[in-house]
Amino acid sequence: MQSSGLQAVIEISKLATRFGEHVVHSELDLEVRRAEIFALIGGSGSGKSTLLREMILLQRPDSGSIRVLGVDLQELGDEEALALRRRWGVMFQHGGLFGSLTVNENVGLPLREHTGLADLLIDEIAAWKLAMAGLKPEVGAQYPSELSGGMMKRASLARALALDPELLLLDEPTAGLDPDSAGGVDALVRKLRDLFGLTIVMITHDLDLLWQVADRVAVLGEGKVQGVGSMSELSRMEHPAIRRFFDGPRGRAAQERGERSSKPR
Amino acid sequence: MKPMSVEPAAIDQPTRQDLALSGSWTARGIGAIEHQLESVRVASKTEAIADGARIEALDTAGAWVLQKLLLRLRGEGIVVTLRGLRPEFAKLLEVVAQHVADKTGKPAPVASQPWAALERIGRSAEAAFGQTVALLSFVGESAVAFAGSVAHPARLRWRPVLYNIRSAGFDALPIVGLLSFLLGIVVAYQSAHQLRQYGANIFVADLVGLSMLREFAPLITAIIVAGRSGSAYAAQIGTMSVTEEIDAMRALGIAPLDLLVLPKILALLIALPLLTLFADVLGVFGGMLMARAQLGIDFDEFLERFVKAVSTTAYLIGICKAPVFAAIIAIVGCFQGFRTKGGADSVGRQTTLSVVQSILLVIVADGLFSIAFSALDL
Repeated sequence: MQSSGLQAVIEISKLATRFGEHVVHSELDLEVRRAEIFALIGGSGSGKSTLLREMILLQRPDSGSIRVLGVDLQELGDEEALALRRRWGVMFQHGGLFGSLTVNENVGLPLREHTGLADLLIDEIAAWKLAMAGLKPEVGAQYPSELSGGMMKRASLARALALDPELLLLDEPTAGLDPDSAGGVDALVRKLRDLFGLTIVMITHDLDLLWQVADRVAVLGEGKVQGVGSMSELSRMEHPAIRRFFDGPRGRAAQERGERSSKPR
Repeated sequence: MKPMSVEPAAIDQPTRQDLALSGSWTARGIGAIEHQLESVRVASKTEAIADGARIEALDTAGAWVLQKLLLRLRGEGIVVTLRGLRPEFAKLLEVVAQHVADKTGKPAPVASQPWAALERIGRSAEAAFGQTVALLSFVGESAVAFAGSVAHPARLRWRPVLYNIRSAGFDALPIVGLLSFLLGIVVAYQSAHQLRQYGANIFVADLVGLSMLREFAPLITAIIVAGRSGSAYAAQIGTMSVTEEIDAMRALGIAPLDLLVLPKILALLIALPLLTLFADVLGVFGGMLMARAQLGIDFDEFLERFVKAVSTTAYLIGICKAPVFAAIIAIVGCFQGFRTKGGADSVGRQTTLSVVQSILLVIVADGLFSIAFSALDL
């Protein structure tokens, strides 16, 4: 399904974003390769979410270029934008599920909108995607307002996977989850990559997720990428913006856990 | 994978025992053959070979369909061998196989059945009764809170009261003024023709004065405010309860009634009579303009007759309705806001309900006023 090689799925160069006087990104460069699990970290207000929104055409940068799946986002017609939007799946931080639809309808919506499949088949596929995201079949008939936070995230993930995207973007996939569910997300993210060759970009502060799952991590700060590499590479860097993630008791504990368990490949 | 140019999935049967699969077996590619798959027949209790070498792309939807086909054929006692599939596709098919096997025999849970007619009537009657009881208890709670704030005036929050007077009262002046002005014009215009036939031109002052001051001005003002402010109250409180702000308030020991409801009721109690007075003035002015244009009655003449025809009682009757309408609008709006449960959908529904119910109740109350006043010979 995927062409092999270390092709770049996302290429960002000389990106600049400003909100009025406030500079969010300046001269930011970043590259995400095919079939890798890439994590973005950085303090509050470092522009992680803005960067994610710019990658998925929800926001326009002031200057610079972003290429996603080989398409330049700056010069994109409506047709091409729609075609591109079908090739990625996004899981929003608070789910973004439609309150007027059941969970099953939410998951089936992209299929209903963009393919000509029969309703019965769509329902079956939606039920399977829910199961894949670790939800019980009964959940499908419920409305999003009846779900717990963790279930909402899983349902949102199932919807992001509905069209078999090539690129999956996750905004805080484990925030607000109990440790057991968060562990489930770890395993799920890895399984998806191994199974479908998905490229996964996530914003997270979950140190365990970073150590156990992420192939490469970019640290954002002061409008730039301060460092990119695997967690063990980053842990040897001296930049103060990077050190903040490793020093302190939680960072050290996660590092020990991460280095003990060799990353399964 | 090039999703731009998908070769649709295809299935051929070169001989009875051979299936040749090709094209993109993806969510976008399998639409064409979905129905064809059901009609694929192979003689039962035989062996068949499915050739997947020419499948160019396979995603979960395609794998699902393919696996269902294989499962059906195997269910008919046919030994199907799938060969030539690319390794990554084979891996995907295996994952699907586990799931299809888990699922067979377990129908997907269905959402609750639609209700029968009789059940629907019963349920909506029960819901209407429940809502009436809840509204009454909300009126009671608001009254208790109101009494509490009268006993301890220092506890009352004046800032939100003033803010609400501005937003529901002062900001509504242009629209209330315009509509009652137009209403005055319409009343005078409609009656001009009739009155001229009897040579009773001057009675236009009676008609416009009494109808505007007693009925139209209070009613049109109440309807505008219900649409403008009642709906805003319901939407604001509804959104707050969806985002758990109401719960947060309760947890912090702040009574939502004191902070959200009382200031709104008080503000409308003050603003609506003033708006009604404004509507009286503009409505009569509209009638006056029309009387001059259509019936040749000067402003002086009109006002002279107006003072004789319209008693202070008529004016006071109109004004004293306004606080009652104000209480109805504010209480219904807030009440529907608090009944919001779930998400954005529910906010919209409760907001609609608040406008419909408050206008309905305002008109019912107006009818009751008419009966009461005629019994009192006013």
